Amino acid sequence: MNRTLVIVGASYAGVQLAASAREYGFDGRIVLLGDEPDAPYQRPPLSKAYLSGAFSEARLPLRSQAFFDEERIEWMPSVRATYIDRARHEVELHDGTRIGYTHLALTTGARVRKLDCPGAKLDAVHYLRDLRDARRLAQAARSARHAVVIGGGYIGLEAAASLRQMGIDVTVVETEARVLARVASPWMSEFMQRAHELHGIAFRCGREVVTVQPERDAVSVVLDDDTHLPCELVVVGIGVVPNTEIAAECGLTVTGGIAVDECARTNDPAIVAAGDCASFVPHWAPADSRACRVESVQNANDMAKTAAATIAGRPEPYRAVPWFWSDQYDLKLQMAGINTGFTHHVVRGSVEEKKFSIFYFRDDALIAVDSINRPQEHMLARKLLAKGAKLTLNEAQDSAFDLKGATQ
Amino acid sequence: MPLVTYILRDGERREIDVPDGTSVMEAAIYNNLRGIDAECGGCLSCATCHVYIDESSTAQLPPPDESESELLDGVAAERRPESRLSCQLVANAAMNGLIVQIPQRQG
Repeated sequence: MNRTLVIVGASYAGVQLAASAREYGFDGRIVLLGDEPDAPYQRPPLSKAYLSGAFSEARLPLRSQAFFDEERIEWMPSVRATYIDRARHEVELHDGTRIGYTHLALTTGARVRKLDCPGAKLDAVHYLRDLRDARRLAQAARSARHAVVIGGGYIGLEAAASLRQMGIDVTVVETEARVLARVASPWMSEFMQRAHELHGIAFRCGREVVTVQPERDAVSVVLDDDTHLPCELVVVGIGVVPNTEIAAECGLTVTGGIAVDECARTNDPAIVAAGDCASFVPHWAPADSRACRVESVQNANDMAKTAAATIAGRPEPYRAVPWFWSDQYDLKLQMAGINTGFTHHVVRGSVEEKKFSIFYFRDDALIAVDSINRPQEHMLARKLLAKGAKLTLNEAQDSAFDLKGATQ
Repeated sequence: MPLVTYILRDGERREIDVPDGTSVMEAAIYNNLRGIDAECGGCLSCATCHVYIDESSTAQLPPPDESESELLDGVAAERRPESRLSCQLVANAAMNGLIVQIPQRQG
């Protein structure tokens, strides 16, 4: 029987899954469906160097045409998968055509959560997820002098830093009491907010946006304490919603994301899922933990490799150490592991000199390390976490202690 | 535009004209050379574009800066004195004759 792998979503996960399936020996047809016109591209630069003009669009593609040709991957742009017929093993596209599959991979990613208030649809309101968003925002930023960023997560802060470096006055509005509340410890939140303040960014934490009012040539973002923030540009970064509808409609289990086991399999043995859209019980958390999704390049790539191995008939459980990065101003923030449920922490290095790492422990086990301008400690932390190395609080904070030795 | 030779994991040699201003990592991606992952896209966050400078290479290379040197401690294959991150090797005339070996592992 001829084998066909259909991949829904030409995302990081989708492209990596296609590449890894070939590398692991899948020799059938591979069809990669993308709903955007552009060749699959890198997203992290969109909120950073691309926005400020330092990273040209020509450098964005994830892979070259040679990759698609040589690896025999049929990338189809501007097509949307609308339905999965699991009984017939077919994917239906927006124009009604159907593609048969023996293996199906869902790498559908996520879409931005939309601002829900009066004025949210005004032209001055921008989002930052795909290249089209970034082009439109970069264009608008050229003539803006004042911007309001709604949401103090990574996207919001990266956009704020990029806009500030273009000379724009920026105010960040965050509903939580601190920035990065969902993803970073209070100490890292405080450090990052302070760094932004030193660059001239104003913060309104613990405040909700009530409305975006049109003004002459501009808008005003109105908060729940009746503060009016006049600006020409609004950037909304309030999280994402996973694209799970196509999975739910065909009866796959969806638990916040498309539910997969440790080998990236859904409850249909012919279908895998990976990346932002997939939810799984994390191997790094306590045994009774609920399923979660992880939104990162690392998770997209590594889960895609796991899914590809499953398709190639050599399943291996997903055990990669999660890691993230964010570049803002002169700060290289790198995180290894997930610090959820930490009970102790220590700081290694110098916060004043902006060169330090925070080590997080759950009881006596090291679970995560956040680093600022400490790439070596970040890399060593990933090795320590992968190995499950024993480290004491004192060793972690002692700059003289040989971390490299502990990874051996 | 220097001529750079890549020695792939299976020993195959590929010669690529790398345009000035393009990194050795980017040229590998554009030409679909397997074995350079470059997960972070070249922003010095991942150490998955590791190469060894071959002993027969005649290119003049500036030494790694502090960040590159620190990240090299995290490469998956053995770190050797001739280890570099290919995202930091940006093509210019002095790079002609560069020969890089792609290690067996990146991640």
